[in-house]
Amino acid sequence: MNSSVELKEQYLKQFQSFENTLNGEKELPMHQIRKDAIKKFSALNFPSVKDEEWKYTNINPLLGRNFRPADSIPEIDPQFINKYLFDKKEFITLVFINGYFSKEFSDIDALPKGLVIETICQAIKNHPDLVLRYFSKTTSSGNNIFSELNTAFANHGTFVNVEENAIIEKPIQILYVTKADDIFVSPRNLFLVNQNAQVKIIETYAGFGEKSYFTNQVTEFIVNDNAVVEHVRIQNEQLQAFHISSLSVDLEKSSNFSSYNINFGGSLVRNNVNTKFNGGFAECRLNGLYVAGGTQFVDNHTSIDHTKPNCLSNELYKGILNDTSRGVFNGKVFVRQDAQKTNAYQQNKNILLSNDAIVNTKPQLEIFADDVKCSHGATVGQLDKDQFFYLKARGIQEKEAKAILIYAFASDVVHSISMLQVRDHLEALLAKKLL
Amino acid sequence: MIEIKNLHANIDGREILKGINLTVNKGEVHAIMGPNGSGKSTLAQVIAGREDYKVTAGEVLFNGKNLLELPAENRACEGIFLAFQYPVEIPGVSNTTLLKNALNSIRKYRGEEELDAMEFLSLVKKKMSLVELSEDLLRRSVNEGFSGGEKKRNEIFQMAVLQPKLAILDETDSGLDIDALRIVANGVTKLKSPENATIVVTHYQRLLNYIVPDFVHVLYNGKIIKSGDKSLALELEDKGYDWVIEEAAELV
Repeated sequence: MNSSVELKEQYLKQFQSFENTLNGEKELPMHQIRKDAIKKFSALNFPSVKDEEWKYTNINPLLGRNFRPADSIPEIDPQFINKYLFDKKEFITLVFINGYFSKEFSDIDALPKGLVIETICQAIKNHPDLVLRYFSKTTSSGNNIFSELNTAFANHGTFVNVEENAIIEKPIQILYVTKADDIFVSPRNLFLVNQNAQVKIIETYAGFGEKSYFTNQVTEFIVNDNAVVEHVRIQNEQLQAFHISSLSVDLEKSSNFSSYNINFGGSLVRNNVNTKFNGGFAECRLNGLYVAGGTQFVDNHTSIDHTKPNCLSNELYKGILNDTSRGVFNGKVFVRQDAQKTNAYQQNKNILLSNDAIVNTKPQLEIFADDVKCSHGATVGQLDKDQFFYLKARGIQEKEAKAILIYAFASDVVHSISMLQVRDHLEALLAKKLL
Repeated sequence: MIEIKNLHANIDGREILKGINLTVNKGEVHAIMGPNGSGKSTLAQVIAGREDYKVTAGEVLFNGKNLLELPAENRACEGIFLAFQYPVEIPGVSNTTLLKNALNSIRKYRGEEELDAMEFLSLVKKKMSLVELSEDLLRRSVNEGFSGGEKKRNEIFQMAVLQPKLAILDETDSGLDIDALRIVANGVTKLKSPENATIVVTHYQRLLNYIVPDFVHVLYNGKIIKSGDKSLALELEDKGYDWVIEEAAELV
């Protein structure tokens, strides 16, 4: 039987029960958005390898699973939370467990001036006009069956509004932790960064427990004129988890967006990153790292759309694949006819640590303007033999020598993160995963 | 210290070393000279444990241990140090990372306590002055963006920190101007002791003005065809290699 169709029906049924739990909220405009999304979801099909965008990514393992929506906060040992959190004195902290906001572990009481943080469901109630103007409106946030599914079930997540001219020194950390209990969660974030504002946001995805689960996640960013954003996404799910995400970023005039998309966990991972320049003189840096072993599968699809002149994009994605793991990188860069004086650089570099690891990489550059500087490239290789021998000839044992070289290759990606604690945390995770 | 007996080695099926015999004792400095392509660098790499070379016959004993059975890292731990002819650049790995890992790995192998950060730093600082390198080098990536001279000095600096029993300097003089040559040679000379030994691989005699060898060997076509004292190096400088090669041919 076609499990894709069965699964769709199952989600449609679950949507009905979800609707029934909403009570009065059903009358709110948000619910119309959900209903539109489930309609779109129902009209779309789950992708197969016949779809160009999913050519290398077989989602059958996910289609075969029967996950139910998370419906409550489970008992949780605080250590499962705390090990992912940065210092609460230096970070603004939000924790969601199974999608539900946990007041107990969060700390958003004393927010700096110019910063609004609310759960997304609160925000929809408190200032519907503002939220609904942007919700599901960013480029390419729709038209993807998983994003529609997220929208349909969107009830949990984070709304951040950084007001004009506000420079938020404290980074915001949002942790989504899920109990592996055959459930699915649909975290939904909307980050609004207004003119001349600056903010740093870290999203962490993690789990605990033995069973499987499915995180189906959407983040939308509006980065207004002259705004500066640093965004770190740490995907550290349980190894048996499914993780599908969409990050869409609209960049306005002279804005600056730096993204770090770091992936360690998950059995089947697909990240879509879509950025679009809506104004000139803006900059976008997409950094990515995926470290996989065992039978992990990690797919990153990115797209950068230069529609306006004088913008810069710089993309670097690196992969380290061991055992029989598989990686996919697809990076599209569009330079539209009006986007003269564009600078666009893209690179994907991979290291395969075993003979059975595979990576499929496809850098794609489509240029319609004539006065631009663009480059792209992809490499797939093993560790450099001469470097390896040099380290060993100094007395460093094979295992450590290997780790040092892989670490050097990978740390390059996290190197430019401005938050020392985050960098240290990632370097420690890297060491743990590699050693 | 090291006894090399009838050593044969090849790469990709091509025989490079065709029966090397060489014994180096504690406190000695040996120079291995010879024209390009005679197998000098191969000998250095084979002793250090480069796996690209296949040893087909012979043995190498290092303080009584069968060296050929050990992987490169354990040879280094036993006390062998190769100063590379072409030190490789390793972006992203700082000199500190390299040295700290190397030193502690060697210490661990020998059953010694690992050094803590403070002890390590004070040791490293002491050794830096030996080759006139500045401290900011420690934070820089290994050999990345170094000039030819800096790379060679960095090799000697590493040697100073790791304190090997047997140092093999592979064409350490190539690409050095006269000042750098002096710095490198002084460094090596200062590290000399009655307890360690040095093999200097070179095809010029100029380095030997500074590092005075006890023995000079001529390597040609994979074999040592002549050995002598330091006067042999001067004679080679003066007359070239042809006469040695002819002399050896007559003997056959």
